[in-house]
Amino acid sequence: MEDRTKIKIKDLNLSIGKQKILKDINLEIPEKKITVILGPSGCGKTTLLKSLNRLTDLYPDMRVSGNIMIDNVDILHTNEDITLLRQKMGLLSQRPYPLPMNIYNNVAFGLRISGRKKKRYLDKRVEHYLKMANLWDEVKDRLKDPASALSIGQQQRLCLARGLAVDPDIILADEPTSALDPISSEAIEKKFVELKQQYTIVMVTHVLRQARRIADYVVFMYLGEIIEQGTASEVFDNPKQDMTKQYLKGSFN
Amino acid sequence: MIIGLVIVILLPFILGIGLYIKSILLLEDQSLFQLLFSGDWRPLSGKFGFLPFIISSVWVTTIALMIAGPICLLTAVHLTQYAKPWVLKLMQPVIDILAGIPSVIFGVWGILVIVPFISDYLAPFLGKQTSGYSIIAGAIVLAVMVIPFILNILIEVFKTLPDELKEASLSLGATKWQTIKLVLLRKAFPGVISAFGLGVSRAFGETIAVLMVVGNVASIPKGLFQPGYPLPALIANNYGEMLSIPLYDSALMLAALVLFVVVMLFNMGSRFAISRLEEKV
Repeated sequence: MEDRTKIKIKDLNLSIGKQKILKDINLEIPEKKITVILGPSGCGKTTLLKSLNRLTDLYPDMRVSGNIMIDNVDILHTNEDITLLRQKMGLLSQRPYPLPMNIYNNVAFGLRISGRKKKRYLDKRVEHYLKMANLWDEVKDRLKDPASALSIGQQQRLCLARGLAVDPDIILADEPTSALDPISSEAIEKKFVELKQQYTIVMVTHVLRQARRIADYVVFMYLGEIIEQGTASEVFDNPKQDMTKQYLKGSFN
Repeated sequence: MIIGLVIVILLPFILGIGLYIKSILLLEDQSLFQLLFSGDWRPLSGKFGFLPFIISSVWVTTIALMIAGPICLLTAVHLTQYAKPWVLKLMQPVIDILAGIPSVIFGVWGILVIVPFISDYLAPFLGKQTSGYSIIAGAIVLAVMVIPFILNILIEVFKTLPDELKEASLSLGATKWQTIKLVLLRKAFPGVISAFGLGVSRAFGETIAVLMVVGNVASIPKGLFQPGYPLPALIANNYGEMLSIPLYDSALMLAALVLFVVVMLFNMGSRFAISRLEEKV
């Protein structure tokens, strides 16, 4: 790959009890591109994504080994503050989970906990990131409303704004459009294409068409293993592995 | 089956109406307002002021909840957020056993442990004198009794919080404690309130254990170390021994009605809050 590598995963293994979730993952994710992780449900895509910002720590019976280098720091074996590390990555989950507070505070949350509390500064940042997520015009008159009052599509954009507000380098997205209607999905997709100017985006999906539309790089996973990886044109137009070919033909899901 | 269902549904109404009919005699004689807010309890002269009992009940319940509430909240947070999964698995039967102990045993324990503790240590330490049979003794015994009850509900409440919410907060760079304090507790707030509400309705009606340690003196308690006389104790102690004092049984029925209404209101309010929590999650 000619692009600069942002995330480099070496021999990553992850298991819960005796069950192996991820097997010998080796992967390079390029900077400022959209890398799509494709694969049928239950193949470990989400787990891979979560191990990137060490949300795997939440599950005490999960065992992780290997290296994940982000900007040449091995995040699995680092002394760096885990909260700082997580702030480098914005996370979008399958369904939006707005924090139980109003719209404004959802976006300001990350800023406040990292110690930036001046109201005028926060006002500006909140507006900036809501605009960035194309949500500002819809919510500017009701910033004090609870975030749960928004539609699902709006909530997902709010979660995007909230994630962007902590100024990450990387956006991790776990099937971010799976709960959304087609119009909201398209809005998110378009946004991602725009955002890759500034951010490294890693997106998990099982929607093949979506991957074709926006992916620069594609990683195909099956049963915890990486079957094939490469640029979108390599993988989609000229897959090397039989399994990839079959998956692209839609013969299994 | 349907008949059984109808009976169960009608039961609270039948009870409520029955109590009301029984207490009508007294209500025709004296105004409800006067009965509820007078401190004068002299059945022989036909004076039925319920205020001492209502205040005792409120005191005992409030203090019991002030003791049990924080303990339950902290325990529930620890068990669901910090402890290893096996600790929670171990604790759940322990909590259930605690919840299943007959209340008379708590009462005996109160007499043997709490009452002497208060008269010999706690009260002298605070410069007070008391026999130990007091509001505070009732409250402590009651607190211990409602802890398993509230704790069980709180654990359920915290379990219903989605993992993704926690992940969202952590991924924004919040520490675990910030996540609990700013996100999880806030999300669980209606559930916490209703757990406390159900605790109140449970505590307010608890009879025997409180009756055994609270002193049962029918005057408005002036402090925590004074004896009190909660409503359920009033009914339990006097029904059956009221001889033929006119209106006495009607007065006790009214006390029961007040108890019934208060407990039902707290119950309904709490259930309403829980259903709202479930909607939101």
